[in-house]
Amino acid sequence: MTTPTATAAASTKAPEKAAAPDPARLRRRRRLTQWGFVAPAVVFMLLFFGYPLVRNVVMSFQHYTPKTFFTGQAPFNGTDNWSAVLQDALFGKALWHTLVFTAGSLLGQFCIGLALAVFFSRRFPLNGVLRSLILLPWLVPMVVSGIVWRRILDQDTGVLNTFLGAIGLSGDTPWLTSPGMALLSVILVNIWIGIPFNMVILYGGLQEIPRELHEAASLDGASAWRAFRSVTLPMLRPVITVVLVLGFMSTVKILDLILALTDGGPADATQTLGTLTYQNSFVQLDFGAGAVVGNVLILISAAFAVFYLRANRTDGK
Amino acid sequence: MAAHTPAPAAPRARGRRLGSTVAGLLVLGVVLFPLYWMLNTALQPESGLLQVDPVPGSLDLSGFSKAISDQGGNLLTSLVVSLGAVAICLAVSAPAAYGLARFGLRGTRTIVFGTLITQMVPGIVIANALYNSYVDLGLVNSHFGLMLADASLGIPFSIVLMRAFMVSIPGEVVEAAQIDGAGPVRTFVRVVLPMSRNALITSGLFAFLFSWSDFMFALTLNTTDDVKPITLGIYQYIGAHVGDWGAVMAASVLSAVPAAILLVLAQKYIAAGITGGSVK
Repeated sequence: MTTPTATAAASTKAPEKAAAPDPARLRRRRRLTQWGFVAPAVVFMLLFFGYPLVRNVVMSFQHYTPKTFFTGQAPFNGTDNWSAVLQDALFGKALWHTLVFTAGSLLGQFCIGLALAVFFSRRFPLNGVLRSLILLPWLVPMVVSGIVWRRILDQDTGVLNTFLGAIGLSGDTPWLTSPGMALLSVILVNIWIGIPFNMVILYGGLQEIPRELHEAASLDGASAWRAFRSVTLPMLRPVITVVLVLGFMSTVKILDLILALTDGGPADATQTLGTLTYQNSFVQLDFGAGAVVGNVLILISAAFAVFYLRANRTDGK
Repeated sequence: MAAHTPAPAAPRARGRRLGSTVAGLLVLGVVLFPLYWMLNTALQPESGLLQVDPVPGSLDLSGFSKAISDQGGNLLTSLVVSLGAVAICLAVSAPAAYGLARFGLRGTRTIVFGTLITQMVPGIVIANALYNSYVDLGLVNSHFGLMLADASLGIPFSIVLMRAFMVSIPGEVVEAAQIDGAGPVRTFVRVVLPMSRNALITSGLFAFLFSWSDFMFALTLNTTDDVKPITLGIYQYIGAHVGDWGAVMAASVLSAVPAAILLVLAQKYIAAGITGGSVK
């Protein structure tokens, strides 16, 4: 795997023949070589992250139609896209769904992930094996997990309803087909997907807490719960912040899971800002409207980015 | 196994530990149930839309043979695109990580900051702008175009991860190479890269997983069936074959195989990547 890296690095190498005695020139040449290491990545990130950010802002003021792809014409239309999108009731719904989906997913993932992290901090046989197998749901492509769950949650023939019916509970819950249930179901599936990530990071954080602290607490007669609340949680705080913010970042933009489970339906009950961007741009082919929703999504992410960087700074460095 | 550590209250402690193992197995059973169900459904293709037995009565592999004939090409596409994305990702990010870790260039802090920020840009926003440029550049429906887009998923992550590693390479090692007359490129290739083997493997692994799992770029940057990775293949499969869950699930199982293999072969790198790439 190092071969492509090596050849690419070698190709960026500046020709270094005929060593000039002039120290200033030498220094300049060394700087140039050094920038040769960093420049490809900078260019790549500018093209694949910087440019789309700027382009989206511009696009949100342009009028796109399917015709645009033949004529190449996308005339500017002021704030027409913005007012059209923001006044559409679907936007408000999608915003609300995004917030509920994100908050619900984070809460569930975090609580279960933390409980499992604490559980696996004990010593017992097979601990390591079980801990790594639990990662599997996180590694499977999200769209595939969504499709598997779509089968499990099927109202008539899905195994979840079969099971619930067998133990005497209501066995015909319309998990994905009723507007009232669908968002909750999508959240539950996303909680399942997020558990491993939360668990692994929180487990790592728990390992860094010095054992003596717990011993001291138990010598002072603290109960397990008390020790957890007064020692573990405060010590874990920086890690908790990182988990929650990273969880937020990845959850707020989820698209594949929702498309695989419900395609945003039924009756737009699981439409979020992410799926709405997709719908506007790639289904309606109105890239201007898609850009508007995308920009709102970025604004929300940016607010949390600030939060994240703050949290990282108080983290020590 | 039980005599793992010399415990004073051996019998009770041992009992409690075994209890924990049982509880752990139960937790694992619940968490992995959907994956079991995927496999189980894949092995009972005839049930179609009907309910599925909890355990496959006999191994029916017709779902798998259908999945392979329908989706085998897409699996291959995923493999090609993912390996290409890994190559691009490592070629771009390993030198950058070293440069940012060592050279003290003027913009280093800004670049590192920018790298962190890129991880927060929603993919669909990128796709929105990228699609239009891809149309202009003729990169829509091309393997290379998808590789580039997929590489963007791994590059910021890899830079952060490898930089954190390369900062901790002792300066004397690098200086010794330089005293021996090696230039920066030679030092990087001969000394730094071999020493960073673990960080490279972890980054490459994650770049592969990101690319293999990618659905959004596959969905948005392709308008024909020329370049169709398995994620997109399965998604379109359920649209067309809702009645044939056996084949859909068999294709799903096949798409999950790389993750399972990597987990078994490289679990320590995966755990290191999840924590290292995020807590930085």
